[in-house]
Amino acid sequence: MNTARPWFRMTALALGLAFLYIPIFSLIVYSFNKSRLVTVWGGFSTKWYGELLHNQQILDAAWLSLKVAAVTATLAVALGTLAGLALARFGRFKGRTLFSAMATAPLVMPEVITGLSLLLLFVTLEQLIGWPSGRGMTTIIIAHVTFAMAYVTVIVQSRLSQMDDSLEEAALDLGARPAKVFFVVTLPIILPALLSGWLLAFTLSLDDLVIASFVAGPGASTLPMVIFSKVRMGVSPDINALATVLIAIVAFGVAFAGYWMARQQRNEARDAQMALAANQQMIESLKAG
Amino acid sequence: MKEAGGLVSAFKGSPLGNRLRRWGVNGRTAVASVPFFWLLLFFLIPFIIVLKISFSQTVIAMPPYEPLLHWVSEKVLDIKLNLGNYAFLIEDNLYWKAYLNSIMVAGISTIICLLIGYPMAYAIARSTPTWRNILLLLVILPFWSSFLLRVYAWIGLLKNNGLINNALIALGLIDQPIQMLQTDFAVYVGIVYSYLPFMILPLYASLEKMDLTLLEAAADLGSRPWEAFLKITLPLSMPGVVAGCLLVFIPAVGEFVIPALLGDPGSLMIGKVLWTEFFNNRDWPVASAVAIALLMFLVIPIMYFQRAQDAESGRGART
Repeated sequence: MNTARPWFRMTALALGLAFLYIPIFSLIVYSFNKSRLVTVWGGFSTKWYGELLHNQQILDAAWLSLKVAAVTATLAVALGTLAGLALARFGRFKGRTLFSAMATAPLVMPEVITGLSLLLLFVTLEQLIGWPSGRGMTTIIIAHVTFAMAYVTVIVQSRLSQMDDSLEEAALDLGARPAKVFFVVTLPIILPALLSGWLLAFTLSLDDLVIASFVAGPGASTLPMVIFSKVRMGVSPDINALATVLIAIVAFGVAFAGYWMARQQRNEARDAQMALAANQQMIESLKAG
Repeated sequence: MKEAGGLVSAFKGSPLGNRLRRWGVNGRTAVASVPFFWLLLFFLIPFIIVLKISFSQTVIAMPPYEPLLHWVSEKVLDIKLNLGNYAFLIEDNLYWKAYLNSIMVAGISTIICLLIGYPMAYAIARSTPTWRNILLLLVILPFWSSFLLRVYAWIGLLKNNGLINNALIALGLIDQPIQMLQTDFAVYVGIVYSYLPFMILPLYASLEKMDLTLLEAAADLGSRPWEAFLKITLPLSMPGVVAGCLLVFIPAVGEFVIPALLGDPGSLMIGKVLWTEFFNNRDWPVASAVAIALLMFLVIPIMYFQRAQDAESGRGART
């Protein structure tokens, strides 16, 4: 092992993590500040959380954002799984290069470009075929699915490439039809990847300001849009309270997903061991016979 | 035939891809075509529309542009290709400055991300497996919480009566607060902060895969640690460096939120210019021309990224 200058590595790591976490902790700490002046400590208080509960604009926006994020994540997982399956398992098919380019480019495409181009599409479509009439939740969901499915595609594609495909082979050998192989063998194995894809798509959608601003009509304001217009006016303590609530939800969600995945892995390992033991027993009995 | 084919391929142990031909053309086409047409309709065609509108004239109407194709009489189609928007972009040096400034800010931020992210990724990749997972989770976790709110957090830290200035004054290091918010410095801090996880993860992935016996061999042959680092570790981690840099650079060029919240209102970044043209000036054709010009610049790095990505995650793709 290269152990040269471990102190340098540890210092770099500690400073880097401090850089990542100090802003987040400052948000949390000041959400409990009594004073309206965000950076002057005026004593402990939870009044900003109470105010949050009475801010109808924020509550409406949060509800809209949650609905959009849930639908987006579900659609993005469905489409991204199909795309990842096609890219990882179908070999070289006609149009694969274009497909693969379209599937990964949204990962890095600047949001202003994606937002503008989708809005112009919706306007053109409305002129041509009358759909979507006006813009709102539907157009936001379509826009979010388009960029979120790229993340799901990459996750599913890399999970499928790493996966030991002998199980799929075996199922095919035993006469299962490909669709059945997918649902009975492949899907349970890649389920943790789909779960992380769903969570990622959910948070990406919940977080997006720029694309939603372009494609939302005047009536629909998502949570980031409301936060952005408030933040432009300056720092306000109820936004800190809101940030704390969101961070708590995310931390809880990630911890739960991590626990679930670890348990899943343990179960898999146990199943594999049991299968191995059964196999061993069978061989022993055959030998004895 | 089908059974025989199955048997033959089972004997040959042929790759799974061949076996899956049994999905038949229909099954495979159905699976691939749903996401394919979705992306065609909602990702590719929109760019063609942006291109089209970038050639049209601004009018005060809804939508605020003149159609390109215009039926003069029943059989005469008049196409007005208006290059005026692009001429406008070239003539007005506001746009040039915005493009160059965005590229510079994104480029410098990428380098700073690399300088901070590399040692972190290296430290994570060389720690014990238990610690590795914990540290990795710590790096990813901020990325899961709202980007907008994390940028917002920096307002509280950087402003004149913010935490950093207050701390420096309390320590007696400065008498007057330093103007940090609404400067380019704040934009760099914001971009580096927001995009750092995107740099660390691909770097970690390539450093973690590295065969450490190579370093032992180098040490045995008398090379010093830094020499071994430059000649072995760094070249082997190049795929991670490239992926990380592209993941930071490309979106940072078009960044809107960070310069809008933390930056100097007078300094220009192209994402902000596009936003202003669209929302404040309601000039959709010029906004489209700005987008197309930005895309022309980014198309090479994006294609490079896409190929690297496909090579990385599609290594298992079967022919």
